[in-house]
Amino acid sequence: MPKKITIEPVTRVEGHGKVTIQIDDAGQVRETRLHIVEFRGFERFVQGRPYWEAPVLVQRLCGICPVSHHLAAAKALDVIVGAGTGLGLTAVGEKMRRLMHYGQIFQSHVLHFFHLSSPDFLFGIDADPAIRNIIGVVMHHKDLAVQGVMMRKYGQEIIKYTAGKKIHGTGAIPGGINKNLSIEERDILLHGADPLNADKMVEWSVGALAFFKAYHKNNKTLVDTFAEFPSNHLSIVRADGAMDLYNGVLRAVDTEGTRILDDVDCQDYDKYIEEEVRSWSYMKFPYLKHLGKENGWYRVGPLARLNTCDFIPTPLAQREFEEFKAYTHGKPNNMTLHYHWARLIETLHAAEEIKNLLIDTDLQKEDLVVKGKKSHRGVGVIEAPRGTLFHHYEINDNDQITLANLIVSTTNNNQPMNLAVNHTAKSFMNGQKEITEGMMNAVEVAIRAYDPCLSCATHALGQMPLEMTLVNENNEIIDCKTK
Amino acid sequence: MTNKIKIKIDGKEIITDQGKTIVEAAHENGIFIPTLCNFAGALPKGCCRMCTIKINNRFMTSCTTPAAHGMEVENNTNEINDFRKGIIELLFVSGNHFCPSCEKSGNCELQALAYRYQMMVPRFPYDFPMKSVDGSSPYIIKDQNRCILCKRCIKTIKDDQGRHYFAFKERGHKLEVLLDDKMGKEISSALAKKAMENCPVGSIIFKEVGFEVPIGQRKYDHKPIGSEIEN
Repeated sequence: MPKKITIEPVTRVEGHGKVTIQIDDAGQVRETRLHIVEFRGFERFVQGRPYWEAPVLVQRLCGICPVSHHLAAAKALDVIVGAGTGLGLTAVGEKMRRLMHYGQIFQSHVLHFFHLSSPDFLFGIDADPAIRNIIGVVMHHKDLAVQGVMMRKYGQEIIKYTAGKKIHGTGAIPGGINKNLSIEERDILLHGADPLNADKMVEWSVGALAFFKAYHKNNKTLVDTFAEFPSNHLSIVRADGAMDLYNGVLRAVDTEGTRILDDVDCQDYDKYIEEEVRSWSYMKFPYLKHLGKENGWYRVGPLARLNTCDFIPTPLAQREFEEFKAYTHGKPNNMTLHYHWARLIETLHAAEEIKNLLIDTDLQKEDLVVKGKKSHRGVGVIEAPRGTLFHHYEINDNDQITLANLIVSTTNNNQPMNLAVNHTAKSFMNGQKEITEGMMNAVEVAIRAYDPCLSCATHALGQMPLEMTLVNENNEIIDCKTK
Repeated sequence: MTNKIKIKIDGKEIITDQGKTIVEAAHENGIFIPTLCNFAGALPKGCCRMCTIKINNRFMTSCTTPAAHGMEVENNTNEINDFRKGIIELLFVSGNHFCPSCEKSGNCELQALAYRYQMMVPRFPYDFPMKSVDGSSPYIIKDQNRCILCKRCIKTIKDDQGRHYFAFKERGHKLEVLLDDKMGKEISSALAKKAMENCPVGSIIFKEVGFEVPIGQRKYDHKPIGSEIEN
């Protein structure tokens, strides 16, 4: 008998989503959709506000990665106040922002791996959900849980010292920053009491990577084939091709590694990227214009970034990058669960980068802000933990915002997440008489790999919760399971 | 020689000069009475009612009431403090005060009073009025969403000839403080900065310098409003 499965809410992700899966008479999955049912509307209510409020106002759309929005908006406004497109700030201005950003990447990646995803690896995808959660990790793997908590704390401390507070700070302002890093603050972060210091964070990042690689070794088939499908990949990279999560040019490669967006200026993003609206989701579907809707969609985030960059400019992460690239013989990696691998390599890179920045005396300089000839349009693009984040603002002669366009990291991953749901539903549910909780969690594991922030992506009213509905060919609900 | 008089505030005897208002006498003696519309150098009007006290079981505004010998004033009582808290709540619900994105946050007297009087959530429904933002002056953003109509800008921001840059427009619930279109375009940078400083909230913002003072270095980040007065 045909049926429709609804998974609602999707758990252990940021924000609120639901999945519907249609199964036909023969028990075959026909159609799947990841619905984003939240709506926020920041793009509209920022209109009319003075432009310098944007970095502080727009970051409120998220409590997990506000720093990314804060910095992307500030970068866009750098252009408006004539401070250049990412390279025009003073040394202390740029490096303080980088420190804030890498602190954010570090804490967010750690949160995702340890708090949200590690239960799937430690207990198994189909384990009892009563254990398969962060409390289970605390009860059964105390050392790992402590590492996760302390690593996240360290990242948050960096944000506090650079942005003013751990969530929703004010550190980045148009043209620079409002504070430097004092010697006392630097020493706390660099040489703080065990374990809250830079060296320990590098050590634990290496350890987390080793943990995942061991899991991969023991579960090779699952990790390599789970929701594996070809796609394009997009991110910013430094002008020389290095991974750079704060500033760079836009690059995209196809599934074979051929460049389909060749290091273009971020200010021109709207010449290359367009967004499609579909009636069943508040989240748009971006794609590369010249390839069209069918072929122009792409993945963003850690996996995409490792596929687009040529190298990572810190030694330990570079070594891991080489191993990662060798696994697919230098070709882009299209395995969804390898997002975790890529994310942990980035975590290590962030830890190394944080240490490098902390020992840089530029952070104690006093020339915090630079301004030049004002313009009316600015675009800020940054690699947020979940992927490429676009902020675009236009202002009038009265310094009030007239247009805001945000393409949030998770939005870029909309089509890939839908495909991942489809692949997983087919491989776990096709021909099954009964839909088990483990099968539903498999769908969530596919979504979770992308570390989506659904509230950010829709600009959200509502709480986090995945709903799975099974419908028949006539769209009648047969079965509905909610978490 | 001035005449000294004695009054009691919450049972504490203080000495002050005849002719001083109760709020002046209290502040000189280290006793905090909250104010919003009252401002040094401008005639008090008693319009915001924040400085309400009780004398002989009658509510009075302490910024307009002269101290008199033998007067017994109730100030820091549960009843009066709840009354003040109610005023703060009404001010919040009658405008659109989004502290998180306001440049004045940490320096805002209304926000600081809300913290001091422990306002958690207003007991009144929000108005959510449609308000305008005027950015036509080269130095000032006048945001009606945050204006509490205290008149401090009207009373203190004038040109050399005594002409006012700000003025009331309309009446009743439509009342707004406007920046004169022509004078607003000619205002000096220094006077615009002074207007922002004199505004107790974030309704007058000096352009293009938002958030340059980091969190932790703003006026009320560490100590509540009034602690600079209290002994």
